[in-house]
Amino acid sequence: MNTHSSTLSARHRIGKFWQMLLAAATIVGILSLIVLIYNVVNEAAGLAVIQYSVDPKLVLPKPLDELTNEEMIAAIEENLSKGAYQRANTDQPFNTRTKSELTKFVQERVLEEEVKGTWSLTDSLFKADQIRADAAKNYPKARLEFRQWLTLDFITQPMSSNPLYSGIRTAILGSFFVIVLTIVIAFPVGVGAAIYLEEYAGHHWFNRIIQTNIDNLAGVPSIVYGMLGLAIFVRALEPFTSGAIFGILDSNGRTIISAALTMALLILPLIIINGQEAIRAVPNSLRQASYGLGATRWETIWHHVLPNSLPGILTGTILAISRAIGETAPLIIVGASTFIAFDPNGLFAKFTVLPIQIYNFTQQPQDEYRNLAAAAILVLLVLLLALNSMAIFLRNRFSNRL
Amino acid sequence: MTNSQHSTGHYLLEAHNLNIYYGTHKAVADVQFNVERHKITAIIGPSGCGKSTVLRAFNRMNDFVPTCRVEGDVLLDGQNLYAPDVDPVEVRKRIGMVFQKPNPFPKTIYENVAWGARINGFKGNMDELVESALRGAVVWDDVKDNLHKSGLSLSGGQQQRLCIARALAVQPEVILMDEPCSSLDPIATLKIEELMRELKERYTIVIVTHNMQQAARVSDTTAMMMLTDDRQSGTVIEVNETNTIFTRPKDQRTEDYVTGRFG
Repeated sequence: MNTHSSTLSARHRIGKFWQMLLAAATIVGILSLIVLIYNVVNEAAGLAVIQYSVDPKLVLPKPLDELTNEEMIAAIEENLSKGAYQRANTDQPFNTRTKSELTKFVQERVLEEEVKGTWSLTDSLFKADQIRADAAKNYPKARLEFRQWLTLDFITQPMSSNPLYSGIRTAILGSFFVIVLTIVIAFPVGVGAAIYLEEYAGHHWFNRIIQTNIDNLAGVPSIVYGMLGLAIFVRALEPFTSGAIFGILDSNGRTIISAALTMALLILPLIIINGQEAIRAVPNSLRQASYGLGATRWETIWHHVLPNSLPGILTGTILAISRAIGETAPLIIVGASTFIAFDPNGLFAKFTVLPIQIYNFTQQPQDEYRNLAAAAILVLLVLLLALNSMAIFLRNRFSNRL
Repeated sequence: MTNSQHSTGHYLLEAHNLNIYYGTHKAVADVQFNVERHKITAIIGPSGCGKSTVLRAFNRMNDFVPTCRVEGDVLLDGQNLYAPDVDPVEVRKRIGMVFQKPNPFPKTIYENVAWGARINGFKGNMDELVESALRGAVVWDDVKDNLHKSGLSLSGGQQQRLCIARALAVQPEVILMDEPCSSLDPIATLKIEELMRELKERYTIVIVTHNMQQAARVSDTTAMMMLTDDRQSGTVIEVNETNTIFTRPKDQRTEDYVTGRFG
């Protein structure tokens, strides 16, 4: 009895050991996630010193907040070149702009506001006095303000060479265009292939080779797809992907359609594999029931297999799409532009996407681009989180039907 | 063999020299037996002797097993179901099937019954058809107030009767039942057996069962299957009236099996 109980307690000790090891692994994972989020949020808000490059006293009759609309318009007309004034006036006539819009315009274009330095959120909270002293000493003419970098303007404004006014509108739209087009291309092809491979293809050697290749393609580094996209879509199919055969002559092959085709190739194996798994998960008894009633293969697929595998197919597709949204490398090769101030306007437009924009922000020498990158990362993370929650929702919503 | 070797028109379903292979393995060898109209024919025998395989050969369900190959003839009303010009979909419409585990579609009860009829081009009053099929399967009283609930919300026995109703709605000539009661409790089993006795007035039934009492209770004719002496393939060793099989079997192996002295 004694020997038995001692070995039992040893067995329990071993169990405890493993349990703690597994808990530790989980904690490491959670900690890294917290560090990641902390890092991003830490940069996305904080104190910034902002200074006018042009002395207001030289160009404005009195301090900015005391000016009337008319005085501001006069100051704008006086200090901007004629062409620049005309362009801005055509965008939106000055006499229809509100006071705050005019103030912003004066700050941006007349006084040429710029960021002299930024501090992280934690520094701004815990070392505010020291920062204030530093700022007052180094930038006596500048104002120190607490700035949140992720603002509505940041999301809705196009890019600008001045980080204070730079937004990611074109990148969000570019990502949206590319992803929608990618889904349109990859979803029907991927699901079609999944249905064929699961429901029609026999088990002979040729189909097994195809299956093995699809499984392997899912693991090919994305940059390889970028090379493929560059060679095929950007170069070889340039007349099509630039829109030349449709009469668009001012473009090259580095367009939204090239990017979407490349992305579609990239996620196609994922959609096929996930689709196959979803289709395989439909119980065979259901197919047999259908065939037993005198249904054809297609009737069985259309009425039973597809409706019952759709949640799984959609989940897999959404996960594939969230991968595509985050992909950067292939699009750099395919030739996403880094600076685009105009919204993409169709399949054959030049484009940029969110991750490339983030990469671009981090490549700039000025500090404040780090803050912009953090803000853009937050946008990307929220987007991905939303998509993944949708996948989870779909899975839970439909999974208990069988 | 007590049954005739050749088609006489007397039998609705006939199997002649049936050999069924999975790849190179001959699972069923030289099966020869006939099914009479409006009778219940039971196929009994130990596990793994090919009872289900033979049953599935009758409505060409084996077509879906990639390695499966069927040799020999299966005649329905004298017409060979394996002739090249025969469409297996048509075969399965005429010969319905009820499976071992109840497998209603994850749809409403109404849709479960209506779907098969609809794809087969039924043009009449669907509500009437659904009701008569559900009544035919003696499940109408259980479900008449819940026709738009999921078929999966029913109990196992009700689900199995729903599956029978679904098969009836296609108006087949033969209903194949592959151990239809093996996942049901004794009360549900009894109900299905009563139902089978009612159904044979209008349909011909072939049932595979592990349960010898069940075969003795419901069937008119019983086919005894057993592995051949080399223990590789299954074959029908004796076909006779159920009463004879269970009381005065001709084959010693049958007697051993039905009296429980087998193996």
